[in-house]
Amino acid sequence: MNVHSHSYDAVIIGAGGAGLRAAIEVAGKCRTAVITKLYPTRSHTGAAQGGMCAALANVEDDSWEWHLFDTIKGGDYLVDQPAAEIMCRGAIDAVIELEHYGLPFNRTPDGKIDQRRFGGHTRNHGEAPVRRACYSADRTGHMILQTLFQQCVARGVTFFNEYQVLDIAFEEGALGEKRVAAVVAYELATGDIHVFQTKACLFATGGFGKMFKVSSNAHTLTGDGPGLLYRRGVPLQDMEMFQFHPTGIYKLGILISEAARGEGGILRNAGMERFMERYAPTVKDLAPRDMVSRAIQTEINEGRGAGPNKDAVWLDLTHLPPEQIDAKLPDVTEFIRTYQGVEPKKEPSLIQPTAHYAMGGIPTNTDGEVVVDDTGTRKVLGLYAAGECACVSVHGANRLGTNSLLDIVVFGKRGGAAMAQYVATADMPPPETVRGVEEPVREQVSRLLSASGGEKVGDIRSRLQEEMQAKASVFRTGDSLRSCLATVRDLRQAYEKIAIDDKGSVFNYDLSEAMELGYLLDLAEALVVSGEARTESRGAHSRDDFPERDDANWMKHTLAYRGPDGEVTLSYKPVIGGAYQPMERKY
Amino acid sequence: MTAVLDAPTGSPVQLLTVHLRVKRYNPETDKRPHWQEFEVTAEPTDRVLDALHTAKWTIDGTLTFRRSCAHGVCGSDAMVINGANGLACTMLIQDVGTSISLEPIRGLPVIKDLVVDMEPFFAQYRSVLPYLINSDDPGYKERYQSPEDRERFDDTTKCILCACCTTSCPVYWGNSEYVGPAAIVNAHRFIFDSRDQAAEQRLDILNQRSGVWRCRTAFNCSECCPRGIKVTQAIEEVKRAILYDRV
Repeated sequence: MNVHSHSYDAVIIGAGGAGLRAAIEVAGKCRTAVITKLYPTRSHTGAAQGGMCAALANVEDDSWEWHLFDTIKGGDYLVDQPAAEIMCRGAIDAVIELEHYGLPFNRTPDGKIDQRRFGGHTRNHGEAPVRRACYSADRTGHMILQTLFQQCVARGVTFFNEYQVLDIAFEEGALGEKRVAAVVAYELATGDIHVFQTKACLFATGGFGKMFKVSSNAHTLTGDGPGLLYRRGVPLQDMEMFQFHPTGIYKLGILISEAARGEGGILRNAGMERFMERYAPTVKDLAPRDMVSRAIQTEINEGRGAGPNKDAVWLDLTHLPPEQIDAKLPDVTEFIRTYQGVEPKKEPSLIQPTAHYAMGGIPTNTDGEVVVDDTGTRKVLGLYAAGECACVSVHGANRLGTNSLLDIVVFGKRGGAAMAQYVATADMPPPETVRGVEEPVREQVSRLLSASGGEKVGDIRSRLQEEMQAKASVFRTGDSLRSCLATVRDLRQAYEKIAIDDKGSVFNYDLSEAMELGYLLDLAEALVVSGEARTESRGAHSRDDFPERDDANWMKHTLAYRGPDGEVTLSYKPVIGGAYQPMERKY
Repeated sequence: MTAVLDAPTGSPVQLLTVHLRVKRYNPETDKRPHWQEFEVTAEPTDRVLDALHTAKWTIDGTLTFRRSCAHGVCGSDAMVINGANGLACTMLIQDVGTSISLEPIRGLPVIKDLVVDMEPFFAQYRSVLPYLINSDDPGYKERYQSPEDRERFDDTTKCILCACCTTSCPVYWGNSEYVGPAAIVNAHRFIFDSRDQAAEQRLDILNQRSGVWRCRTAFNCSECCPRGIKVTQAIEEVKRAILYDRV
């Protein structure tokens, strides 16, 4: 195994929307490397569809303060309000900046950026749905990813494509304070190890939805960033808050954008009843995702599910003008045609909730700096995170649709800016802090290549996905989570005995998948333990045994630390409040 | 709507035996590529990618291919499927049949099994200045663009850089200096964007020996584009823009 050494002022890990936006911000300010285990344009930002909200008021009255209220209420008051304010105020500049970068938004007849409705986004604090989402057909994420990549090409950003980052090394100060010294990556094309000595790094590695069986996430979304930091002592925040998007294609989980309902689509049960009228009388099908997913699951649980196994519901677009479908929803309707063999203009299609988005992740402040204690103040110098892998927390217990695209551009930029500023005054970590840091990765790779146990990566992953889907998804109980935890621990034991077939060094995805599974197992355990402890229902975390929100005891963020033997230890920090007091969440 | 629609009824899942024939090459052990067959079970509505995964996860973990999103938006799993370029994740077993041959896309160096070296492809993409160029200060507001102007380049904004088009082009197979359909598509996306000011520069680049004039309108690119982009038409529009000096 060859080892190569590099030295950069800053390293960005992940090249989706957050990583690329951060790269644009630091480009020209310091020597930066962007490391991605894919090619940048393969990142899952490109799968985002519906839009990016900003109170431009291009088509009707709107204000960033209404957007802020919706975000906080949508997040079931677990949102840190100052962070959400930064995001919702900053949304307007962020959209304009993307337009200047060349993003091809859909336009109004008079040439302005067009806007449409989206779940949970309302006029004047919940009066009615508002047209706030700026969009480009139903491929807004694709356009954001392409546009940001184009801007990186224009700026000559240095990419290390198909390098999987596996470890981070810190320099420890006299008082126990830590600062970033290096990241260690595995080059997929050669099997070589690369040590990047660096003053700072920003993690933007995306989500980890592949721990569930039905998921909208890419195969590669395995939480490598949060996973490796967790192993190095960084806590994970609010892991129990995992969003199930209401409309995934039945069995496959492929995302059908909320824009389908924003354009007028209706959810119906087996009896073709528009059941959302019973759950959210005012906004109906455009209620926030956690509520719609629960409504769907309730319909299924109470015997009103549709489809061959009565475990789905219908998404009905048949009443929409065909030209509106072609212009506004071309991709998602094509997905329905391709994967379900149904013409959505003529027939409804079967959908079910799909594991979609991690609200939780690496705790950061509003400058993207990773904060590791329960006061939210102790930092690891030079360590940053942004996007889905991070938890600022702007999404609280349930993210509103479109706010993830907004999150990545706003906090990718802020994280990049803060990192560039830090790098300008920080010294390069001395060579002795970097010497030998590749050893744990070298050992890990050697161990996996020579392992001869009887367990297979694919088997363990399937069992994990089935267990998490059955016991830790839309509805949970203490019992289901404890049972899930026992299984996850068994699977971790089994993982110690895996063997892989590919012993080579060139594009050994067999090895790569084995390492990804290790992260999924660790993160699943953190999720389940965090969820078992939270004895209330809030946002995406819905406990049948504790159906009410409990503001007296649970207006706080969970922090999961990994103990020396791999066990999960929990701590908590308060939610940062603001102008909005918790109130009952009705739509 | 008050009427109850006729809900499609489910039928028991039918399992098919699928024969995958994969062109394999491991640079660490093989002198030349060879074919290997895998027999896997799949549902008719499974993707070709699912069958590949079954082979990799249950039969032979050394089987190597790129993939990520698994629904046709990331562009990782372009390959030659029964002789034609496509994405393994957008093709269903029921559409391609139970006897499936899989080869790496052509015209780029094969590294291992279905994985090719994408660097030449991205270098060609970068050569056409694939980013908006406009030196006017737009101030702190959005630039306006009419829906008609926006529509002018809509088709070519859909490109996911999967390389299906470029590696289906007979001219590209014979001449890797040719910039290729995908790079032209990405140039087109800016040449015909009313906000861009560098059409002339891009047209100069594409007017060179390696540019659009290599295209012999074989239409392979348009036929295989998984995003349905009218690639040949885009190339023709660029040719016309060069010939008549206007966009």
